[in-house]
Amino acid sequence: MSDTIDSALLSEIADLHAVPAGAYNIRKNGAASGRRSTANIEITTKADRPGIDIRIAPFTKNESVHIPVIITETGLDDKVYNDFYIGEGADVLIVAGCGIHNAGDSKTQHDGIHRFFIGRNARVRYVEKHVGRGEGTGERVLNPTTEVTQEEGSVCEMEMVQIKGVDSTLRQTTVHLAASAKLIVTERLLTHGAQKARSNIDVYLDGADASAQIVSRSVAKDKSEQVFYPRAVGNNLCKAHVQCDSIIMDSAKIRSIPEIAANHSEAQIVHEAAIGRINNDQLVKLQTFGMDEARAEDVIIRGFLK
Amino acid sequence: MLEVRDLSFSVGSSAQKLEIIDSVSFTLDDGKFLVITGPNGGGKSTLARLIMGIEKPTSGQIIFNGTDITRMSVTDRARAGIGYAFQHPPRFKGMTVHGLLSLAYGEDLPKDKCCEFLTNVGLCSMEYLDREVDASLSGGELKRVEIATLMARRLGLAIFDEPEAGIDLWSFKMLVETFRQMTRDRHDSVIIISHQERIMQLADEIIVIADGRVRSSGSREDLLPQLLGEFDDVCNLKGNTVKYR
Repeated sequence: MSDTIDSALLSEIADLHAVPAGAYNIRKNGAASGRRSTANIEITTKADRPGIDIRIAPFTKNESVHIPVIITETGLDDKVYNDFYIGEGADVLIVAGCGIHNAGDSKTQHDGIHRFFIGRNARVRYVEKHVGRGEGTGERVLNPTTEVTQEEGSVCEMEMVQIKGVDSTLRQTTVHLAASAKLIVTERLLTHGAQKARSNIDVYLDGADASAQIVSRSVAKDKSEQVFYPRAVGNNLCKAHVQCDSIIMDSAKIRSIPEIAANHSEAQIVHEAAIGRINNDQLVKLQTFGMDEARAEDVIIRGFLK
Repeated sequence: MLEVRDLSFSVGSSAQKLEIIDSVSFTLDDGKFLVITGPNGGGKSTLARLIMGIEKPTSGQIIFNGTDITRMSVTDRARAGIGYAFQHPPRFKGMTVHGLLSLAYGEDLPKDKCCEFLTNVGLCSMEYLDREVDASLSGGELKRVEIATLMARRLGLAIFDEPEAGIDLWSFKMLVETFRQMTRDRHDSVIIISHQERIMQLADEIIVIADGRVRSSGSREDLLPQLLGEFDDVCNLKGNTVKYR
């Protein structure tokens, strides 16, 4: 956390204003920039490829791991493999996220490949924020791949946020749920300019009584393009709900393709998808409070993406 | 003070023009409580929307506290002290009741104040502060939150478009008391569009709008007995087919 750019990125992607409490690993420009393991959370460097293993001891409660990535060099292509092993009965918060500050004219890219192995009855809250900034013309590209394996009775809440500044994103998320496991995914995305974002989420409900809820909210401005492809596959008695809700503005384009599939007669899977402009009555209502149209629009979008 | 002068609003082409509001004029002095009533489809809501600036009149003038606001935007009218509670309020995904009332208030509304407003509209306040103003609220709950957004403001003119719609009779009694108090304490003048006798009982003045025109207007004492007579006879103010005498 040497300079202002680093601090600003860290505070935006991980709400970090100082060295975090608990375990952490900070990766800057493709190299480790700070790390701390704790008695229950061990972070080690992978031997065979770039990345780290994070091992959380069984029954670890109320602890957190921060693993932010910041890139301030232009032209860097950074690929990292991070594996999380969450022990039985643990209850932890994992804050990831990537901030790119590209001041140059070459493309800067970060591909984070995260695998989660969540033990029996463990609970994980995973927060991932993506931020792009910098005055250069170089593209800022983030392609996260997330694979989650949830054992029996585990709960995984994933919050994935990308608000502005990232030129191109391809997000692939795959989750397998064993019996009574529960998944909650909340995805929020705002694109502008000529940005492109695609998010594929594949959820396989393999065990009895597994459940999944996927909520995706997005706003596409200017000429940006978004594609959502959430897929829920019920392979057992299970429940899943997929909801994609998008606000479209200017000359943006959005495709929303929720897919549900059942391979078991007791699978209950529902999807909802909607794309629309900002409701005019909402704008007028806020204008009757004395706001001008631009501010009203901003308030509606902020609320929608909150 | 509000003056509506010869206000008209029509839709369609000149060949097939439909007059929604046709040469309506009236004056509302400060401190007065006006109820606009009349059959459904008669133009009441359009008149309210014209005063708020949501619709633009074809001709005529609207003067508020001596300023011609006919061409002013909704935002500028709001800043000049006019507020409007929608007949069908919009829902906001991701916005809490407390957040919406704070936006109405103009800054972060202290929670005790927010609770007071919610209690006044018959909502158990602590339960509602962090509820989202989205599809999880019932129509009646949404209408009450809408009324509370006007309570959070101090206005020269507060306009309520059928505030009673969707609100059960039990809560309605409380709502009437709220309106009574609101006129006294918070706003200089109030316009309520309503079919409810109980709300008309609060009025200083009543205007009956039908077919886009002022059919009758006057003080409550003069007009209400006549309207109630009509109610028993042919004029069903709840909006069924009406024949005028």
